[in-house]
Amino acid sequence: MSDIAPKELKIVGFLCNWCSYGGADTAGVSRFKQPPDLRIIRVPCSGRIDPLFVVKALLNGADGVLVSGCHPRDCHYSDGNFYARRRLEMLKRLLPFLGIDDKRFHYTWISASEGQRWQQTVTAFVKRIHELGPLNLKEEKQS
Amino acid sequence: MTVEKLKETVLDTLKDVELVMGYQMGFDALHATPLFIRKKEDAERLIWNPLCVHNLTTYLPSLKKSRVGVVVKGCDSRTIIQFLQEGLITRENVTIIGIPCQGIISVRKVLKEIEYEPVEEVSFNSDSMTIKTLKGSKTLKIEDVWPDKCITCKYPTPLIYDYLIGEPVSFDRGVEVSQVIKELEGKSLNERLAYWQKEFDRCIRCYACRNACPLCVCQDSCIAETREPHWISQRLTLNEKFMFHMIHALHLAGRCVECGECARVCPMDIPVNILKKKINLDMKELFGYVPGVNAEDKPPMYTFNVDEVNIKEHGI
Ligand code: SF4
Ligand code: SF4
Ligand code: FES
Repeated sequence: MSDIAPKELKIVGFLCNWCSYGGADTAGVSRFKQPPDLRIIRVPCSGRIDPLFVVKALLNGADGVLVSGCHPRDCHYSDGNFYARRRLEMLKRLLPFLGIDDKRFHYTWISASEGQRWQQTVTAFVKRIHELGPLNLKEEKQS
Repeated sequence: MTVEKLKETVLDTLKDVELVMGYQMGFDALHATPLFIRKKEDAERLIWNPLCVHNLTTYLPSLKKSRVGVVVKGCDSRTIIQFLQEGLITRENVTIIGIPCQGIISVRKVLKEIEYEPVEEVSFNSDSMTIKTLKGSKTLKIEDVWPDKCITCKYPTPLIYDYLIGEPVSFDRGVEVSQVIKELEGKSLNERLAYWQKEFDRCIRCYACRNACPLCVCQDSCIAETREPHWISQRLTLNEKFMFHMIHALHLAGRCVECGECARVCPMDIPVNILKKKINLDMKELFGYVPGVNAEDKPPMYTFNVDEVNIKEHGI
């Protein structure tokens, strides 16, 4: 493994349109270097993120899932991220019980102006997933 | 507790409701089955013993508009409280006949003890049962054949009722966490994953667990079966089964009253209730919330605090 160039892993990012998606955009516009492994899915609010989105992504081949929304008290719809925080924390605790390392799932709050912070978060998360390696939950065979 | 007293109360209740739900003997001496009492004569068939395992409150949301009576154990009464928290029933329409419970049996555990011989006769003493089969008879202590839920039960006496038949009881064993959860927590991630994959792989997706669950109230709109959105397909893969169980567990997060019906009805003996119990432990730790205890409570996923004292930000 060590002498082969690291394979690109599949990392899914669910980003709130009003903040983190903008943050990622800011990072792009500022030409901050970002890892190529992240596939971004834009959602209207972190409150739109059903924890099942995360589970489904992991079961269907994602090696890691990153969720980011507006800072608490800054949600565009005022309380979407408050609900999200409870749901995502619940999921964070359930994953290891199922045998899925909760390091593969991270949720955080990043605003549109925090391009740098976005870049740091993504870089650290992608690095962590590379350390953990592929998850390999996806299977095609009929049992 | 005498069945006579129960019958009396049921007949009394029947005067101002359309229907009272209780238990009657089932297809053999080891099984009870629900009894729907609409006429006086029906009440003759009423029974009460540790075979009365079903959570009859599961019918209440679909009968929301009718006036009904229902016989409940401690755990069943918690379902009613949860319904009230979620506005799924109208309190005035339901007459609750509570029975302090000494624990019920797991038919599955009993069958194992009698090596799956056909049952001829069953009799109960205060804390044991005797089962007669062609091969002879066997006496078992009820608590040795309790289902998982009775071992961790904290509320054997109904928490909400209009009538209480018999004296309140308590038998808290001080067991907070089921054995399966403890064992799993002692295992590595890979072992846990292997455990769940092995369990879920047996699932035939009959959806009995979902159908029996009193709090799975979506009926025809359950996302396990809708085409739009199309969360899971009919393919027979482990992942589809895994995903179904995630849907079931997450939709019950902070709502499951641990009545154990899902695990009881599973034809494949999958411990479906364990995931929900695990989430409940977290709900208690994070939000100090226990489902089905206080009708004024709000389920934790239906609400929030601006400052969550127990949720810390996670670093990478
Ligand atoms: S969980 Fe408690 S109330 Fe329910 S059947 Fe068991 S002992 Fe009775
Ligand atoms: S009852 Fe058992 S076999 Fe049927 S869907 Fe539920 S877990 Fe699967
Ligand atoms: S709008 Fe961004 S989290 Fe709600």
